This record gives sequence, C-alpha cells and structure tokens, in this order.
Amino acid sequence: MEHRRVVITGIGTVAPGAKNSEEFLELLKEGRSGIKFSAEQEEYGFECQVAGKAESGIDLNDPILKYHEVQLGNDFIQLACTAALEAWKSAGLDIPEPDSEVDYRTGVVIGGITPGTDVIVDKIAPLIKRKKVRRLGSQIVPNVMPSGASAYLSSIFAAGAYSYSLNSACSTGTDSIINGAASIWLGFADRMIVGASEHYSPYNLAGFDSMRLMNKQWNHEPERASRPLSNTAHGFVPGSGAGILILEAHDVAIARGAKIYGEIIGSAVNCGAQRGGGTMTYPNKDGVIRALNTALGYSQLTPSDIDYINGHLSGTVADVLEISNWRDVLKLGPGKFPPINSTKALIGHCLGAAGALEFNAMVLQVENNFVHQALNTEDIHPEIEGMIGREAVPMQRLDKEINIAAKASFGFGDVNSVIIYKKWKENA
Amino acid sequence: MDRSEVNEKVLSILKKYTRKDDVWETASGDSKILEDLQINSARLVDIMLDLEDEFDIEIDDETMDSIMTIDNAVDAIHAKMKNQ
Repeated sequence: MEHRRVVITGIGTVAPGAKNSEEFLELLKEGRSGIKFSAEQEEYGFECQVAGKAESGIDLNDPILKYHEVQLGNDFIQLACTAALEAWKSAGLDIPEPDSEVDYRTGVVIGGITPGTDVIVDKIAPLIKRKKVRRLGSQIVPNVMPSGASAYLSSIFAAGAYSYSLNSACSTGTDSIINGAASIWLGFADRMIVGASEHYSPYNLAGFDSMRLMNKQWNHEPERASRPLSNTAHGFVPGSGAGILILEAHDVAIARGAKIYGEIIGSAVNCGAQRGGGTMTYPNKDGVIRALNTALGYSQLTPSDIDYINGHLSGTVADVLEISNWRDVLKLGPGKFPPINSTKALIGHCLGAAGALEFNAMVLQVENNFVHQALNTEDIHPEIEGMIGREAVPMQRLDKEINIAAKASFGFGDVNSVIIYKKWKENA
Repeated sequence: MDRSEVNEKVLSILKKYTRKDDVWETASGDSKILEDLQINSARLVDIMLDLEDEFDIEIDDETMDSIMTIDNAVDAIHAKMKNQ
C-alpha cells in the first residue's frame, strides 16, 4: 500500500545526566553514565540501590507554562512538557497563542506506564482512609490519568487531531512513535507529537526489585551497574526521563522548508501471546522474529543495509536471546554483524520512556555519525561474542556514517516493536 | 481579623491560580473570578480548600456556589469568621 512518507523534524530529550538533546548528545559521545546511587532505594530497603534520575529543570514561571498550569502537573507531565517544548522549537515551529485556533491536523500520543502512583500513595489513599474525599481537590484526576501528559501537550500546542496515551509496558515509547507515524500514514494527521515520559518513583520500581529483575550487585559502583551484553549483567538499572519527537508528513515538512533528521521507513508491532516459550516476562521467539522480519520487509532492505542497531538489551538473561534473534533474522555472523549497543548502559532502563529515549539516542547518533560506546561490556557475554563477534559491540565510540538504523523494544506481556530509520539526505 | 486583612489573604490565594498576570491590572472587588480573572473553573474547589485552610473555616457547597466575585469571597469569609 502506498502511503505518505513520515519524517522526523524535531527532537526533545530529558534523560539521566542530560537536561536536553544537546547534553544528551554529549553524554552519548562521551559514553558517560547517568546512573547514580539512590538514597531512596537504600532507605526503602531495595536490593538495587542505583538509578538514573532525570531532572527537567523546567521554568514554571515561563508565561506559556504558567498559562497552561504546568506547575500543577506531576513529574511525568513536567518531564513530557520539557521534552516536547524542546522538540517543538527544534522543529522550527512557533508555540501557539492560548486563544489560537485548534490545529486539527496535529495530534499527540505520549505514553506512560504508571504515571500516578505517587499521587495514589501519597494523596488519594491517606485522605480516603481519613474520610476526607472532598479535600482531594481538582488535580488528582489529571495527575493519575495516563493521558495527562497528552492533555497538557494538546493544550500547549493547540493539537486537535487526537490526544491520547498508549501503554505497552517497556515497548511504550517505541509503540507511541509507531502509532504517531501510522496516523500520518493513514491520513488522520499531518504532524504528530509522539514519545513517552517516565518519572522516577520507588513505588513504580518496587515490583521489579521484588522480582529480582534489577541489578543489586553494583550498588558500590553505580556507573558500572547497567551492563547490557555483559557476562556479569544481573538485571536492569532503573532510569527515568522523557523522549519526544515531532513527526511530520514528508510533503508537509518539505513545503514549510523544515530541517529533516530522517525518515521512518519501516516498522512492526506484534505480541507473542505468551505462546511458544513466551510468558508475561519472556518473549516468544517466533513473535520477535516475525516483528524483525516484518519491519525489514516494509523497509525493503536487505540485512547488510543495516548500519547500526539500538537494541532493547536491558542487562538481563534476555540479552542473549535478543542477540540470537537479530542474528537469526539478519543471518550475519562475526565480521558481518552491524554495530549494536544499548543506550540503557548509559541511562538505565527508563521503562515506559525507554523506547522513546533510545530512539532519540539513535537519531542523534545517525545525525552525528557515530555509534556510542557499549559501556560496561569489557566482559562481553561469551555466547554473544560467539554469535556476532567482539567488534560488533564497540568498546569505544565508533565514528562512522550511519544511513540505516534499527530500533527494537520488547516488553512485559510478550510485546515487540521495531522501527527502521533512515538518515535524511536531500534528493534521496 | 478585619475585612481588609481578609481581602489581602483572599487576593494572595487567587493569585496562585490566575494564568495571566495582566488580569490583575484591571481587577477590583467586583471582578468575577472565572470571567475577569480567567481562572480555570476546575480550580474553584482548590481555591475553597485553600480558603478553608487559611481562615480555619468550612465552606459548604451552597456558599461556594454563591461566590462569583472577589468581594463575594471576602464577604462570605468575613461573615463566617464573625459567626464562629
């Protein structure tokens, strides 16, 4: 089916150790970790006591933000607003006046997994138990609804095509990008504000710690704790932040002379339905392979066209399986397998926002011609090394031109998401 | 507490909820909270909670519904405080 092309014209980032995309690019270039010791996790008795905590640095006295009452939003909302404002400005777009006309051709889909837990635990539950329901006030609902960030952004940017949230566990960010792209492909919108936000909250992390899914063995060395692809990875390290993109129909972006970063040339989503070895927490290999093949098929590429892979790779036992899936699909072994890394090594696993932040990392690497260091892989897992070779997992930053890059995310519920991205070149 | 003190405290609470600073340039006791100060109607419940805390009173729904202007709020609070 012929459909409109979808390009990326704006990017906004708030990540652990980076308040904007410029700082994020520096972090990626340096292969610097944003992971630190977490006093809260120590106080609450977590096994894992390290985390990547993003700080928005948002100026709540900004007249636009004040008008839209962003100060009343929780961290999930404020992180999303910060990244979205950066993305919108980087796309060369003006922020609409509060009384402007609604733009029914621009939409919003911002994902989030559990944005309201702090509000539920700290405000709703104590007041209800004291029979003080009337004292909850007006800000409870917007701060617990997963579409809260989308609601704020549609207000700020007068975006009326649609405004909703999407949730698919750790695939949320990637799925939000795909959903926005699909809306443009299908003609529902000309421009989409897409991505995801994840605020730091021990309440959201406790369940993972209880499942022994978070790394407890590097509390004394936080920067070495997030170890995707390593033989000594013993679980993920939690992160937080927001990654937001402006997607536009190719013809709309060209007509207004926008700077174009790149194009989404293929994507796939599916669910292994917890069959064939898949469970709530572990993937059905067949589902993953179908998703990877489908995305490659849509993009009309051959495996050797892929210059770089940004993996899901969270530092759990699933890393080996993920590499074997990529290898089985690409049918490329040591010496041929493209460079692969996991941005989680630098910023942790930002859960709902992971796919969006890692996609931003991919866009920045493609734009600036490098593959960031696969931090903490000095002891690469031997099975991974055997499958794809040491050289595919760069110990140091690899400076090279990237034209085609692939991003995958996987999540609880046996869900899979893949995007194939192509660097923008004039007349290409 | 005299009426002018009540008025000052009411204004400081309302200022937390106005979205544009310039609405105060023309504000007076007759200014309507929603129309003239352009406060989001959902914030009325938050304003009433703040007033209850500030003046240690309880504002019932009937009183809340009767408050349209800044002066309405000041008068209602002043009356409740005198009756306590």
